[in-house]
Amino acid sequence: MPDVIVGKAADFADPGRKVVDISGTEIGVFRLGDEFYAYHNICPHLDGPACQGKILPLATEAVCEDKSSTGRIYSKTQTNIICPWHGFEFDIRTGRHPTDGNVRLRPVPVSVRDGDVYVNVPVRN
Amino acid sequence: MPLETPPRAGSIRELPEITVASDTRDYLAHAAKQALKYDDYELIVDIDAHLQEGGFWGEIIGLLENDVLKQTAEEMMRGRGGMPLINMQPGMSFQSLAGRVPHQSGPTEPTDDPAKAGHRFVQIVRRTIDTMGLDYQIIFPTSMLHLGMNPMEDIEIYLARAYCKWLAEVIIPQDKRIIGLAYLPFNTPSECEKLVKQYGDNPGIVGFTICAVRHKPVHANQYMRLYSMIQETGKPLVFHAGPHWDDPSFSQLNRFISMHALSFVHYNLIHMTNWIINAMPERFPKLKTVWVESGLAWIPFLMQRLDHEVMMRQSEAPGLKRLPSEYMKEMFFSSQPMERNNLELLQATMKSFNAETQLLYSSDWPHWDFDPPSSVTTLPFLSDQAKRNILGLNAARVFNLPVKRLRPRAAEVLARMNERHT
Repeated sequence: MPDVIVGKAADFADPGRKVVDISGTEIGVFRLGDEFYAYHNICPHLDGPACQGKILPLATEAVCEDKSSTGRIYSKTQTNIICPWHGFEFDIRTGRHPTDGNVRLRPVPVSVRDGDVYVNVPVRN
Repeated sequence: MPLETPPRAGSIRELPEITVASDTRDYLAHAAKQALKYDDYELIVDIDAHLQEGGFWGEIIGLLENDVLKQTAEEMMRGRGGMPLINMQPGMSFQSLAGRVPHQSGPTEPTDDPAKAGHRFVQIVRRTIDTMGLDYQIIFPTSMLHLGMNPMEDIEIYLARAYCKWLAEVIIPQDKRIIGLAYLPFNTPSECEKLVKQYGDNPGIVGFTICAVRHKPVHANQYMRLYSMIQETGKPLVFHAGPHWDDPSFSQLNRFISMHALSFVHYNLIHMTNWIINAMPERFPKLKTVWVESGLAWIPFLMQRLDHEVMMRQSEAPGLKRLPSEYMKEMFFSSQPMERNNLELLQATMKSFNAETQLLYSSDWPHWDFDPPSSVTTLPFLSDQAKRNILGLNAARVFNLPVKRLRPRAAEVLARMNERHT
């Protein structure tokens, strides 16, 4: 299938996303800063609608030099999309799970041309 | 390559963020697509789904048969809602992962006029079972799972009665695909016996449940008459595990994940150990027992552990005529939360207790770690017959259900879902 316009780049919040169903293929398109990322809306865990969940920063453990912890804090650099079925989290930039990088969302080619955001919808078998 | 005139956004459908207010059919839309793959299965039974009773607590309180408790609860609810009498534990509000898994905190979706479409809970269950492709769903409570730890025993008794009445007289009569179990107020054996007498012949109440979060030894002599009575009904005795952060050992655990991972297994480990070592299966050979919501990995662990020790300490388990694992292979287990990360281990686990005949599919919906039926259908090592058994035929034997399709065709469900969005 060819490239399909999913919207104007300027209409995306930052961070923001738009999930679309294009003839039965569901794709989540995300904006972080000036970059866009797109993935199939299928969680590798149990096929949940991963791209339709909450967007939150990565939670990290604040470990001090002496190895003590001051608790959990949100990352200032990594933002995750979280599958609403079971909470699987994926780095929006890479599509990978923070703990097991082999578990990942399936990427979809995305581009911005003349202010429009395009995704290249894979041909369905 | 882009077309010269590519399709615009208007020609595609936007899917909204899933929130606590999402319609169950939208939330589970992907499960409806999965259901196409098991649409020809004879029967799909979900033996463990949950009522989030907070949304209906006023109705249940209204059925309390004790004036003092009823007035107390109504007074507590006035103005600030909540779930009075339930003895809620600290930490349970962490279940939804700070909103990451919204359905845990629901449902808040709109439903239709109950005068035309039925009770709000019935409407929501219908949406769930149609979308997941289920013929029957067995309903358990949620917050009441901890009621066994309530130091006020009369509250457990009266809430058990009110819950059973609400389930059996308000909910179940509205849809034959919704069935349930009588909650046994296990801290008071005589009251359990009354409920077995009351619901033993009720076709919508397909068994009796001991909510396993409690410190009562299940082999105590005071329960023998109760077990005889349940055995007589031909219905199963179901142990439903649960979380409990107040248990002294678990108070060392600083994260919900840690408590949750251990707590559900812990209570069934203790009750199963007492059940086996005191030879309950020898005393009640026709009593079917079902062990719910501890996953599967604990089963071969306990089999090996008890077999190992019984061989050395027979004098402490003199009622046994066989190894503990042999009794456990005749019991029934629910599938959720299925540990699927290592399929080799899962396959060995399932082999250890003859999952093909002893495992019962359960979703645990709408809780945060629910399993759709695809958690079973996508396992590569199971035969087609094993999948059919686990998804419904085993449950039909345990809960005495007819093997008769009640669910709509999956394609019909999907067509209806598409219509909602056009």
